[in-house]
Amino acid sequence: MLEKAIKGSALYWIWLLVLLAVIGVGFGAYLQQLDQGLSVTALNRDVSWGLYIAQLTFLVGVAASAVMMVIPMYLHNHKAFARMLILGEFMAVATIIMCLLFVVVDLGQPQRLWNVVLYPTPSSVLFWDMVVLNGYLFLNILIGWVTLQAERKRVGPPKWIKPFIYISIPWAISIHTVTAFLYAGLPGRDFWLTASMAPSFLASAFAAGPALLILLAFAVKIFAKWDPGREAIQSLAKIVTYALAAYLFLIGCKIFTAGYSMVPDKLAHWQYLYFGLEGHTMLSGFMWASTAAGVAALLILLFPKNRQADNILAFACVLVLISTWIEKGMGLITAGFVPTPMKEVLTYAPSGPEILITLGIYGIGFLIITVLWKVGIGVRREIEAT
Amino acid sequence: MKNSRRKFIKFAGMAALGWSICPSLAGARSGPRQSADRLRAERWAMVIDSEKLNDELMDKCIEACHKLHNVPDIPNDQNIKWIWKEPFYNLFHDQSHGYLKDKKSIPFLSLCNHCDNPPCVRVCPTQATFSRDDGIVLMDFHRCIGCRFCMAGCPYGSRSFNYFNPRNFLDDDQLVHDYPTREMGVVEKCEFCAHLLDQGDMPACVEASEGAILFGDLNDPNSDVRKVLRERYSLVRKPKLGTDPQVYYLI
Repeated sequence: MLEKAIKGSALYWIWLLVLLAVIGVGFGAYLQQLDQGLSVTALNRDVSWGLYIAQLTFLVGVAASAVMMVIPMYLHNHKAFARMLILGEFMAVATIIMCLLFVVVDLGQPQRLWNVVLYPTPSSVLFWDMVVLNGYLFLNILIGWVTLQAERKRVGPPKWIKPFIYISIPWAISIHTVTAFLYAGLPGRDFWLTASMAPSFLASAFAAGPALLILLAFAVKIFAKWDPGREAIQSLAKIVTYALAAYLFLIGCKIFTAGYSMVPDKLAHWQYLYFGLEGHTMLSGFMWASTAAGVAALLILLFPKNRQADNILAFACVLVLISTWIEKGMGLITAGFVPTPMKEVLTYAPSGPEILITLGIYGIGFLIITVLWKVGIGVRREIEAT
Repeated sequence: MKNSRRKFIKFAGMAALGWSICPSLAGARSGPRQSADRLRAERWAMVIDSEKLNDELMDKCIEACHKLHNVPDIPNDQNIKWIWKEPFYNLFHDQSHGYLKDKKSIPFLSLCNHCDNPPCVRVCPTQATFSRDDGIVLMDFHRCIGCRFCMAGCPYGSRSFNYFNPRNFLDDDQLVHDYPTREMGVVEKCEFCAHLLDQGDMPACVEASEGAILFGDLNDPNSDVRKVLRERYSLVRKPKLGTDPQVYYLI
């Protein structure tokens, strides 16, 4: 089936070249980081995780969201997703690979990565994160490829794949839960030390993932002239709406707990995020934008008429992505570290090389999505032409 | 001829296998070098007497430690600190109030607490940081992958990461050869001078403190540290977190 990836229009090849250029620049920056260490980043003694780990956190959610099509389709026989499911699974593959790359570029000694396997440590959540991320990657490659191959041969998917599909449902929940537990179990980080971490991760994931999927589906419709199906997109839009409401609700719950209890250790992080502390206000503009975008998207999506208009739906999905990306990709990690255990306040803004490496990894992700979707859509076209 | 070569390879193979299973048989020495005068304790603990410590003494402690462990002096926020000065408020903000005016800004020494229940050890994915039987929390610089989970896990900000190659900031002539320099990309922190204890010496900061820092066995009711903790009022940092820190501050 892979041969479908090497036959494409000029546009397809130009897009791949653009991505390769971005990847090349990112790789160059990574070589610099390998040579000079993480000193090329803006990370420091107090904010020791930053842009990379924040992207991991955001993208794990996007990857987990494939389950929002698997559940309706396999547990509720919602056939509308049949045509599109493969796109969700392949998107999960690409995003998980991005997640793993973000872990690797964050390591000070990447060549020792294998130590995690050589000295397995069940008490470490990072060990479990490695297990669930790699497991989910394997499951999605397996399920995606086998079901697509079966469809191409015009036969039903083999019976043995069913257990893997069912396992993939709790597994998808697990990847974001375990990733939330990376933070939620740390005694000295009050901002993260809350039981609502995993639920709010899942809620934002199930808003952001399907929103991205809707946007990519529209892109496919325009550039590849293949329609994933109106009903599928409408179903996804409903999922985004519910999940977005849950995500905003959980943020509200967290803010209430900190704000009403007025426990300084809890409250200070929220003050830092939304108002800034001691003159460090870089994040506050972003955070208000994030909240405003989330609320605006919800107000738009609540009305079925808006969801049914492609343009408005796409606009709302962009707002959802902006909101969740700022919240996960910028705010969550930094605010966990600031104020520091010594109650110091500082600003973390990623450095140039850090941003280039991050863009490079996004380039790799989009390259994988493009190639896999090309294959998936190619096979679908082949089936539908006959 | 063919037969004997086969026998030889078989023998060599068995020997290699045996050696790999039990290297001590071949005379390989395992475990660290241990001195006869090694200092032992069931539970090492440190007591810092804030009444006796002054600015000058603290600087001496810091210098002794950082020199002994080849800690580089990096002039920005990607620096390395094993032991350093921190105002009272920053160490004990959860145990202070608004009217501690003069006390608030008095510098105290800050270092790894060698917790009895260390979160850093719990979160490390490779066991590169681990607790010794006597309570000292150590680092294996050669196993650390540099994920910095331990830095997020530590509630005391006691850990530093080698963002730079530390050797670029060390003067070759001033190197102490009894302790290794680190490479780029690993985490490090105070080790209660475990290598000195194993040779029979007290930690460098204790020696430099002119009696202001006590170090001893917390499980021995007659030790100096136990005596002074019985007699005087003391604090530990963030006791409510349950990490059970083993650096005590006499107030």
